[in-house]
Parts: sequence; C-alpha cells; structure tokens
Amino acid sequence: MCLAMPVKVIQIGLGPAGDAALVDLGGVQKEISLALLDGIEVGDYVILHAGYALSRLDPEEAQRTLEAFSDLGCAP
Amino acid sequence: MKYIDEFRDGAVARTLSAKIAAQLQPARHYSFMEFCGGHTHAISRYGLSDLLPSNLRMVHGPGCPVCVLPIGRIDMAIGLALDHGVILCTYADTLRVPASGGLSLMKARARGGDVRMVYATQDALHIARSNPGREVVFFAIGFETTTPATALAVLTAQREGLTNFSVLCCHVLTPPAMQQILASPELQSGGVQIDGFVGPAHVSTVIGSEPYQVFARQFHKPVVIAGFEPLDVLQAVWMLVRQVNDGRAEVENEFSRAVEPQGNHKAQACMAEVFALRDSFEWRGLGVLAHSALKIRETYAALDAERRFQLEYQPVPDHKACECAAVLRGVRRPQDCAIFGNVCTPDNPVGSCMVSSEGACAAHYSYGRHQEGVA
Repeated sequence: MCLAMPVKVIQIGLGPAGDAALVDLGGVQKEISLALLDGIEVGDYVILHAGYALSRLDPEEAQRTLEAFSDLGCAP
Repeated sequence: MKYIDEFRDGAVARTLSAKIAAQLQPARHYSFMEFCGGHTHAISRYGLSDLLPSNLRMVHGPGCPVCVLPIGRIDMAIGLALDHGVILCTYADTLRVPASGGLSLMKARARGGDVRMVYATQDALHIARSNPGREVVFFAIGFETTTPATALAVLTAQREGLTNFSVLCCHVLTPPAMQQILASPELQSGGVQIDGFVGPAHVSTVIGSEPYQVFARQFHKPVVIAGFEPLDVLQAVWMLVRQVNDGRAEVENEFSRAVEPQGNHKAQACMAEVFALRDSFEWRGLGVLAHSALKIRETYAALDAERRFQLEYQPVPDHKACECAAVLRGVRRPQDCAIFGNVCTPDNPVGSCMVSSEGACAAHYSYGRHQEGVA
C-alpha cells in the first residue's frame, strides 16, 4: 500500500482542471494528479502514490544523502 | 531507474553494514522498531537483517493499514456489496483479507457482489460518473499517505454533484499508533525493548517530521525518518545507533530528498477540510484508541457511506489461532505463530498480516523463512 515510486514528470497541465501530469517510470507512462503539489515542472521527479504525487524529489538532497552513506561520522 | 537503483547499490550496502557494526557497543543490545510495513517489506526483501550484527534487532511495527483494520470494518464493506448492492471500489490489498462468515471481498464478488479493484480514487470517481443509476462506495483505508487522495475525491464528488458516490472512511493516524506501542504493557514490563523508531517514509512526506517530536521529547526515543530503499534503511539504523550511543533522542530525517519538516501543506489542508477525528476506533493489535482515526465531517455527510447506509460497526474477534495482534505490536515474530507457513500461507491466509504485501507475516514468508537455520 505504501509503495510509492519516484517518477519523472514529462508533461504537465493535463486533465480538465489542468492539474494532471504524464509521468514516466522506467518506460511506463501514466497520467497522475499533481493536485497536492505546486510549482512542478517537466523534468522534476515526484513521489507517486495511488494516483497522486505527494512530494517533489530534491536532487541536491538526494546527492547529499548518497554522499552521507560513505560518511563515517568521525567528526574532528 | 533514477532515485531507485543508486539507493540499492550492494557495495554501498556492505559499507553501511560495516559502518553500523563499527558503531555498536559490543556488550549492548539495540532494538529498533520499523513502524511502517513498507520498511518491514524492504528489510525482508533485501535481507537487511543478515547485514545487521546479532546484537541489533529490528522489531516489526503496526504500520500496515490493511493489517490493523479489524474484521468488523471489512464486514461493513462486504455488507455494502452484498446487502446494499453498491459498486464497492477498493485498493487491491483488502480483497483477500478474511472476514466474518468465511467471506472476503474477493469471495463476496464470487457470490455476486460488485466489488471492483481500483488503483486510485480517480478510478472510483470515474465509475460513479459512468454508472449514474448505481450507488458507488470507495473503501478508504490507509495511513496519512492515502488520506489526502480520499479527501480530494470527496471534494471533487461534491463539486461535480456526484450524488451516487460515497466513502467508507477507515483512515488511521501514525503518531497515535506509535504512542500506543510505547504505552503497551509488554514495553512497560521490559518484555519488548524499543530503543527508537525508523519513521515512515511516505507518511512523512505528508505530515512532515514535526509530529514525531513528542517521541523524542516526551518519551526520549529517537526517531529517524527513512526512505524505502535498502540503503536508506541501513543509513537510518546507523543514525539511530549513534543517537542511542550518544544518549540523544532527536527526530532526524534521512529521507531529506522527499520529506520536509512541515510536510505537504496542501495535503494537510485537504485532510483538515474533509475529515475530523473519531472519538475512538478499534485497531487490530492495539485495541480501541482515542483520536487515532478519521471520519467524514458533517459538511460532507452526504458522502459518508456510514451515514448514508446507516452502518454500525460490530467488533469481531480474530481467528483463535491467529497471532496478528501480537505480531503487530512487535511482541511475537511471524515464525512464532503456530499456524505460520502451515495452515496460514499467502495462498490461504488466516489473518491480515499474511494477506497484505506489507504484512510482517507475508514478508517473512516470501523472503525470510528460507534464512532460518542458516548460520
């Protein structure tokens, strides 16, 4: 149930209210709702859950997290 | 796939595993609860327990909304399909949960109930629009991750004047459940040890990190919010070990790429508009909890299936041999249940923890039981 996926936004402004988007996950495309988010642009990655994007993935934070994996935490 | 593959790198996992081992104080036992079923699933699927030292134990929590939903609530959904003749729309996870009278939603369908699986609330609304002469009810389950979607469905239905659509609301809340775990008799007596929590990933994108402060400040238990990928979980465990060693109890956010401290304002606003707190709600495993679940507000009463169809909740006990309640509290492991793997299997589930893909029993059956006896 909680399985949500990071998906790439490839088209925005769709649907009768203009808050739907076309997203891509590994080649599979789906129309989903951006009604819970503001300011999403084509090329952004969002967390998709049961038809709705819940959060935008921050690329800088993602990179920081990856770098933190090798941080042994030995502060001087 | 971006944002997935790099968080599953095996070599980095081994580095993280070594990092954790290096931080452990040898004479000490560490025990952390991963609240969310998605994390239970990740830990099993990626064999993370094998990467953790023997003096660090992960305790499975109740964060699986299908698992904590009592039989009586499934009975209400079945009743809507079989007795009221509605089109009952549901997420797939609930279909095989055993309920009263040997029924499940799937079996109700076999008996002629119009039970339809949907991926999203948008699908349920579409069914309502396409079937103006039929009553359509959406069976709304889930923690705070799915609640905003249900809120939007209610608002959309009202705006469009969809008079044949209603919602059977069984949404539950994460912080009260975590609080109940800490208040449990087993924890108080020392039968179960919980030194901190791995906090849910996607629930936290909605509610933010602030709601967990009470566990740090009042209960002195560290909480580290973690993403669902295996490297996220390992990193979060390392952060918890460090907190415990330092004697700290703080809320930390490993899933910073998707979770902000204040969460998703729009989602929270929708939820507040449509839902109010129930005085009490029965959970499998945790008992009847106050202010732990949501109901539809008076303003939207016409869209509340409980009011519309005058449904009354009847509590129904679990099967006698089913240990789901204890598993959900973390006091028994799936393999401790007498019927695990013999009578109760994914093909023939007796309890909800074996049905749901996030249930501890299903996770252990699929990934964990082959490890037993392996040194």
